[in-house]
Amino acid sequence: MGKTLAEKILRDKSQTDAMAGDIVLATIDLVFVQDTTGPLTIKQLEDSGFAAIAEPEKVAIFLDHAAPSPSQQTSNDHILLRHFAKKTNCYIYDVGNGICHQLVAELFANPGDIIVGADSHTVTAGALCAFATGMGSTDIAIAMALGKTWFRVPETFLINLVGSFPQLVYAKDLILYLIGQLGADGATYKALEFGGESLAHLTMSERLTISNMAVEAGAKVGLFPSDEITQGFLSSQGRSASYKPLYPDADANYERIMSTNLSQLEPMVSFPHSVDNVRSARDAKGIKIHQVFIGTCTNGRLEDLAVAASILQGKRRYPDTRLLIAPASRQVLLQAIEKGYIHSLVEAGAVILPPGCAACLGLHQGVLGDGEACLSTANRNFKGRMGNPKAMLYLASPATAAASAIKGEITDPREVMT
Amino acid sequence: MPETVLKGKAIKLGDNVSTDDIIPGRFAHLRSNLPELSKHIFEDLVPDFASRVHQGDFLVAGGNFGLGSSREHAPVVIKMSEIAAILAKSAARIFFRNAINQGLPVLLCDTDKINDGDQLEINLTEGVITNLTSNSRLTSTKIPPLMFAILKEGGLIPYIKKHNDFEL
Repeated sequence: MGKTLAEKILRDKSQTDAMAGDIVLATIDLVFVQDTTGPLTIKQLEDSGFAAIAEPEKVAIFLDHAAPSPSQQTSNDHILLRHFAKKTNCYIYDVGNGICHQLVAELFANPGDIIVGADSHTVTAGALCAFATGMGSTDIAIAMALGKTWFRVPETFLINLVGSFPQLVYAKDLILYLIGQLGADGATYKALEFGGESLAHLTMSERLTISNMAVEAGAKVGLFPSDEITQGFLSSQGRSASYKPLYPDADANYERIMSTNLSQLEPMVSFPHSVDNVRSARDAKGIKIHQVFIGTCTNGRLEDLAVAASILQGKRRYPDTRLLIAPASRQVLLQAIEKGYIHSLVEAGAVILPPGCAACLGLHQGVLGDGEACLSTANRNFKGRMGNPKAMLYLASPATAAASAIKGEITDPREVMT
Repeated sequence: MPETVLKGKAIKLGDNVSTDDIIPGRFAHLRSNLPELSKHIFEDLVPDFASRVHQGDFLVAGGNFGLGSSREHAPVVIKMSEIAAILAKSAARIFFRNAINQGLPVLLCDTDKINDGDQLEINLTEGVITNLTSNSRLTSTKIPPLMFAILKEGGLIPYIKKHNDFEL
């Protein structure tokens, strides 16, 4: 019988047949931690009795979640992680380099790789056809020590995409729509695999946005095939040699097949306090917003800043609405400066934050006050996520975020651009 | 897994309890100081949790328990509160694996049949839950043998110390 993308990658890395439901041991191509999960990983590695990490060139540390550090305790965690990197000779990307998932896409992820990270949004690299998934600190510590870990080969949901996006509708609207359809646990333990004619014009930036949120439906991975788009992205990052085509077999076995016509979609908004609480931006019209945040591993890329800049250019943010922007990486920031996006955004009243997770998880750089509402381009709006359980968090695309920053309330971007 | 039969009281929770509900992200700066971090368990969702929990109690949740972040600190602080096991209709993938790695049993079963305060007896080897209050029995979904072996050793660190590798 044919194989899904998940089964193919796990077959190659486990040297077993790897059909859905099997438990396999697979070798790992990259294992990483960030600054809020790394310290426990180091402690567990020490407790495990392993003196060293198996292959330092396959281990990376990213200081992104609270960066630059907002507290003494976090600064001490950062010191611990820097010492560990020096001692083990693994990679470290210090404050200001960007968000782990963006840097993994730019620097590490190859089609057919297995990537495990101590962060739930590790699934982002599925856009490059890497079997990439989040784990806890202990699993990651043992993966560092052994260079391998165990997986249950997931069953796969195939999501066929047809048609193209209407004006001002984006990948974020698609994935919010899909999570609304699936529910927050609709794909628990499953692989999501994206296919269909629309893939031919779905950019890597858009694919990264979609794969990033696979975990919000409970999925273990969100995989795109490796095709010409993948090849183009890898060569843009100076990594052409890493490209190999990778597609599912035509007779692969899918647990469920869904189809979505992109041309039928409209701007979507996820309402508090659950990502699957999705409605159209039209239905959210008029909800007052105190802070707009454009950035994160979901939507902090160059294409996202380009969309925001095009909407905000020559306009001003609403006086009572703060506008925060955090590029996903140093590369994104530099390109956004070169292209003039940063200039337009700052002129429109934006605060530019350093490349990193910024306000996303409520540790610093935009913690909300009691009763405040934030429209964010992030992936999660759980109660308390942005540092205050008395705040209301809405999720949307960079276009909807930019339009809402101008109006001071949730706004369908088609309203300000026509 | 020192005990295979556990007895305790049910503390009932709802559906979709996130890792932010269990241990809010805003306390990330305390993650290298677990005793301090654990004081904030369920601070937003169950503010009186500390006064309600007794050693050996069970968390009994609805669907999708532990969704969200990969933070292993969530099962760590639950274990530190001396909760003996978690019962849920379903559990998020990363949380489920993390809990087992911490030696904290998670049993997937129909928790609608359990009320807050019910006295339960859990046989971990058989996966059977006896509700002593309503005098009824529930069977939990079997977990893969590798996960059961990790749980039996008290978590992934003791498992690896003993076996030096994963044994399928």
